[in-house]
Amino acid sequence: MDIFVQQLINGLTLGAVYAVVALGYTMVYGIIQLINFAHGEVVMIGAMVAFTVINLLAAGGLPPLAVVLIGAACAIPVCMLVSYTVERLAYRPLRRAPRLAPLITAIGVSIILQHLAMLVWSRNVLAFPQIIPLKTFHFLGATVTGVQLTILGICAAIMCGLAALVYRTRLGRAMRATAQNPQVAGLMGVDINRVIASTFVIGAALAAVAGVMVGTYYGVAQYTMGSILGLKAFAAAVLGGIGNVPGAMVGGLLLGVVEALGAGYIGDITDLCRYGPLARAIGERCADGGHFVLFGSNYQDVFAFVVLILVLVFRPSGLLGERVGDRA
Amino acid sequence: MKLKLGLTVLAASLAVIGCGDKPADTKKTAEVKKDAPPPPPPSIEIKIAHVGPLTGGIAHLGKDNENGARLAIDEANAAKIKIDGKDAKFILVPEDDQADPKVGTTVAQKVVDAKVAGVVGHLNSGTSIPASDIYNKAGIPVISGSATNPKLTEQGFKVQFRVVARDDQQGPAVANYLASAAKPKLVAVIDDATAYGEGLANEVEKSLKGANIKVLPREKGTDKTTDWKAVLTKLKGRNPDAIFYGGMDATGGPMLKQARELGVKAVFSFGDGACTDEMAKLAGAAADGLLCSQAGLPPQAADKKFLEAYKKAFNVDPILYAPFTYDAANLLIEAMKKANSADPAKYLPELAKIEHSGASGKIAFDEKGDRKGAEITIFTMKGGKLEPTAIVKDGKSVSYAEFVGGGAPAAAPAKDEAKK
Repeated sequence: MDIFVQQLINGLTLGAVYAVVALGYTMVYGIIQLINFAHGEVVMIGAMVAFTVINLLAAGGLPPLAVVLIGAACAIPVCMLVSYTVERLAYRPLRRAPRLAPLITAIGVSIILQHLAMLVWSRNVLAFPQIIPLKTFHFLGATVTGVQLTILGICAAIMCGLAALVYRTRLGRAMRATAQNPQVAGLMGVDINRVIASTFVIGAALAAVAGVMVGTYYGVAQYTMGSILGLKAFAAAVLGGIGNVPGAMVGGLLLGVVEALGAGYIGDITDLCRYGPLARAIGERCADGGHFVLFGSNYQDVFAFVVLILVLVFRPSGLLGERVGDRA
Repeated sequence: MKLKLGLTVLAASLAVIGCGDKPADTKKTAEVKKDAPPPPPPSIEIKIAHVGPLTGGIAHLGKDNENGARLAIDEANAAKIKIDGKDAKFILVPEDDQADPKVGTTVAQKVVDAKVAGVVGHLNSGTSIPASDIYNKAGIPVISGSATNPKLTEQGFKVQFRVVARDDQQGPAVANYLASAAKPKLVAVIDDATAYGEGLANEVEKSLKGANIKVLPREKGTDKTTDWKAVLTKLKGRNPDAIFYGGMDATGGPMLKQARELGVKAVFSFGDGACTDEMAKLAGAAADGLLCSQAGLPPQAADKKFLEAYKKAFNVDPILYAPFTYDAANLLIEAMKKANSADPAKYLPELAKIEHSGASGKIAFDEKGDRKGAEITIFTMKGGKLEPTAIVKDGKSVSYAEFVGGGAPAAAPAKDEAKK
């Protein structure tokens, strides 16, 4: 039981990070139907900038929490600037081009960002200095670290804040209008370019926060870290229904939990020696407490995509997605 | 409108910069090829390739290996070596295999097509093994300074050599040391599903079982895994006394750190891929007490002259196997000098029977191409520094202090030879 709770907590933390990154994908897609594949790299840049700042300040004797906050405060504007520039230079000129062109551009941008980061921060795996004292709490027999609690708290705050922004503010209304029909929204006096740019910039700020969270959680950052993280978050966004803000949150959390539980239990479930008749058929390898495991925990990354496929087969628009047909 | 045009131009030029790397490279080699056959050449150009991952998770180790080879070649050029009466000019062809077996074979073919005289590399066993077939067909000698999977030299390829110990030497060495130092009753073994990680983990598991120690079913990650929490949580439920991981430092560091966060108390033990000083940074305080092995003498015990030259040339200290790739490149050059030819067919026999005193000690090859009497060093992480604790040679373990005998580390290999 305590192991199950522990896996659940691990999964929720991971899922919270996926959710925050997935929000960036889903917001951009919701407005201009562009899958911004460079979003994962923005997360990476956020982690890298935070690493640089935290490393500089680590010896300064400031309280650890302040150091991390300053790190995040520096990462957010940098990511916003990067994302704004990318939108302005790479996506805006292609807004009227066929859908495939900006998609390919996005992949190109992600490669460019990755290699620029390699030039700036080297190829090495960068280790965050361990400044946050390891505080653990015990909950139903499981161990929860302070960092995990902070991540969950920040994610909850971000989700509430974003929902308020989209549904309660002027900018949010403009965003929803642009998502419905950009031409008409433009005719009604909405500055579409500004709305789209703001969407990118808000997504980038979230990405920066996610980057800082991943960096401090795992303690490492590298210029390649963005691609698989981005891909998983993209899967989470599609899982929840791309273009749908609450969907991205649900999809992210679900994906994290499925991954953690899957990786934690698949080995036991597919251990053929546990099944009487099969064990006799295998014979030798099962004798004397042996094991014959079909799928190991290295299939962790596969779960995300198996779940994605299953959901799309039965609900092509995702868990919370509504509109199909004119999208995807 | 003008602004828009300007921006488009800028974006386009950005895109060109983004992929500008490769074309420039091929142009360079093309130039070299063009220069190569001027009618009466007063000098000959000898190309030696180094292949290792220069991008991706273990690019830092790839660069370390490349630096070793580069230093050897720069020194050979400075020494103005004459081969066949002509001034030899050695050129390093650096290639990136991304630690990916598929890319590894493509790059191997590219290197063969570029008509290199010899190859230093690859870094990983997973890339070295498929690539060795290509080098063998082309008859180009290849020396790995870091691939430890036994299969590499078991294929019967005459051109394949290595200057480090094999995993069937390293595995038992680290397993036996772990068994005697930590006295575990139950051990968990994890690997990263690469030819190297899985091979080494298999050897360790075999030795542990041989010593009547129970081993849990194998857990696996990938060579890109940084989230080990699911695996570690599962293991925590089984409560092993020790955990062995076959994999690289980029993945091993986060694993160690997360294990301690989860409250796993087991002793950790890693193979050579994760036996670097980076470990102290990647895992922080959690790295203390780590046992690990390297398939050779430790870099700090390498030849002083090499260490100084390396530091001077690259402004960093060698991380792991740079002394070995340095030796590998020097072995190729040495064999060419002895054969008085850079033709692979002519200098290969010289390479097979060479006896060379390199930065990593005395080197000679057995009939398979493995290094004779290769050492394995066992390290313990203490206060953020890897300290060599024992040297295993020919299955016998000697404490490091005894091995060095109080003298300069560089002199150690020679002394050992004398003792024999």
